[in-house]
Amino acid sequence: MEYKVPSMAEMAAQSKTPEILFWVGCAGSFDARAQKVTRAFVKILNQANISFAILGNEESCTGDAARRAGNEFVFQMTALQNIEILNMYEVKKIVTACPHCFNTIKNEYPALGGNYDVVHHSQYLKELIDTGKIELNQEASTTVTYHDSCYLGRANGVYEAPREILESLKMDIKEMKRSRTKGLCCGAGGAQMFKEDEPGDKRINSERADEIIANGAETVVANCPFCITMLQDGLKEKESSVMVLDLAELIVNNKKW
Amino acid sequence: MIQQIIFIIVSVLALGMAGKQFLDIRNNILLGEDNPIDQKDSGQRWKNMFLVAFGQQKMFKRIVPALLHLFIYVAFLMTQIELIEIFIDGFLGVHRIFAEPLGGLYTFIISFIEILSVLALVATIIFIIRRNVLKLGRLHKPEMKGWPTNDANIILGLEIILISAIFTMNGTDVLLQELDPSHYPSTGNLAVSSWLGPMLFGSFDQGTLVILERIGWWAHILVVFAFLNYLPSSKHLHIILAFPNTFYAKLNSAGEMENMPTIMNEVKSMMAPEAAFTEDAGGEELPEFGAKDVLGLSWKNILDSYTCTECGRCTDNCPANLTGKKLSPRKIVMDVRDRAEMIGNNIKKQNKDCIASDSKSKTLSKENYDDGKSLFDWISKEELHACTTCNACVEACPVMIDPLDVILKMRRYEVLTLSEGPNELLSMYNAVEQSGAVWQMPNERDAWTKELNND
Repeated sequence: MEYKVPSMAEMAAQSKTPEILFWVGCAGSFDARAQKVTRAFVKILNQANISFAILGNEESCTGDAARRAGNEFVFQMTALQNIEILNMYEVKKIVTACPHCFNTIKNEYPALGGNYDVVHHSQYLKELIDTGKIELNQEASTTVTYHDSCYLGRANGVYEAPREILESLKMDIKEMKRSRTKGLCCGAGGAQMFKEDEPGDKRINSERADEIIANGAETVVANCPFCITMLQDGLKEKESSVMVLDLAELIVNNKKW
Repeated sequence: MIQQIIFIIVSVLALGMAGKQFLDIRNNILLGEDNPIDQKDSGQRWKNMFLVAFGQQKMFKRIVPALLHLFIYVAFLMTQIELIEIFIDGFLGVHRIFAEPLGGLYTFIISFIEILSVLALVATIIFIIRRNVLKLGRLHKPEMKGWPTNDANIILGLEIILISAIFTMNGTDVLLQELDPSHYPSTGNLAVSSWLGPMLFGSFDQGTLVILERIGWWAHILVVFAFLNYLPSSKHLHIILAFPNTFYAKLNSAGEMENMPTIMNEVKSMMAPEAAFTEDAGGEELPEFGAKDVLGLSWKNILDSYTCTECGRCTDNCPANLTGKKLSPRKIVMDVRDRAEMIGNNIKKQNKDCIASDSKSKTLSKENYDDGKSLFDWISKEELHACTTCNACVEACPVMIDPLDVILKMRRYEVLTLSEGPNELLSMYNAVEQSGAVWQMPNERDAWTKELNND
């Protein structure tokens, strides 16, 4: 099929309102690795016949990293601009593949005047599977492990939806010791992604890579573009063959359509 | 009679002195900014207090220390019942006033306390070994050198003295009940002392037993008084403060950072210039954003620091600390307390050297406090910059302390008030401002769609 990605502006021009807004995020828009996740997710949305749109160039950074670094001015500028646009389009429901965008829009935009129903794509994909909107090949018998991102897990308590997707795929989940509430950070959050590490013995992603390798799974499944970058770098450094995949990619790889 | 008078004097002194110290702590906590606590969800707050403080829910993530701690905790709670009797006996000059009226129930309660005391003794000994012989990693980080380690051992030592006193008191009493039943009412058959007493004290004569019983009784209450007066300067305040601290803990998502309405409104007025004129155009001095000192933190942050018992679960789970960075969430919390104590003491002593030079008032208060120091003299920027905001420390804390909040407030001060911070981040800020993305990107935000049908 030919995949389509309508923008809110195009939809509005035709006086149409999509059911959901897909919030792509900076990583999903620009980072080559994360773009693959974005495309995988959009293919699923097309396949499931979901009425969705993106903001395209009208989307800006949510301001997560700037706020956590301490720069409230930059955060407020970009956040208020986003809220103005989201409110102009009267957006009700937002889906995003980035737990940082998810957390900021869901938990921090309300205080600034932006109130939306925000779901992370892992929750949304679970819903699509449960309602039979996407069909999966259930012959996958690989062993996977799941890396909880801090902002989906501890910050928002979403631990089960992603695991349930893996179960629907009949994947063999081999948990790491540090999982769920005890999940180890990949090292990217709080604006660390954009700066050098402070002096120490080891990089955090290297610590996590060691744990992943020791776990022995063939694939590590993640839910965050920054985690994916960090884990991939950490594993590459150790010349490991463990694959790092997003939930959306895993679904596309096991699609039955 | 003399004992009665001594008891009353000692009690009044001990309780009075302790009360005064607790008031000082209250004042130190209130050095923080007034941060109104949302009361609308008080049901959830009571639930947190009941489950996390009273029910120790978060301790049970690690079963062995949780059980050992539970023994000491329940023994401590139950001993309070015994303390009521000690107080009444002490004031009225009577002996075991509840023994006869309660009968079998008394035997049951005291036996229950005895069994718990044995379990607590075992736990205390294991804790001493774990801390001093096995040298558990999280109890031996740099911030634990010196006083914090001695503090922990003093408390464990007091627990052993307390438990020994209980068994001396009960064990000798069991023997005296047979020798002098008119003065020593029967307690029934006690679970531990009825066999331990004769075993330890069986060979002593009545006179010695009477003295030993009094030594046990007095040691018990004196250790309690000493402990009560030691608490305010120890790390052990969690036995009290865990309750308010869990009650007042953040209810919102752990991922939510507190909004800064002043900055939001300023940015809003920049975005809608016509609205800007309605605001007061004041040439006043620039406001201070974030926290430079404990005076800029909230009272809850300081309550957190007094509640901390330095167990180190936060630091043990911190990804930065695990990989050898300087950051230790426990140290952040301990530093907040040290600094609050310092400011609180100076204000209490009215140390005139700490009055800000431009202050009109000659009375030192938190409003005009300036000793030339700040919390940044305790917490370095290197520590603040190492945090990934992953919330592992917040999640790990058994009494719902939030070290992350302090880190983020200090980062805000560094960036917003000092215009400093890691240099590498400047290009990220610029990118967000200029191109609406965390990276400086010339291309279109939807460029990824071009390859959609070629993958």
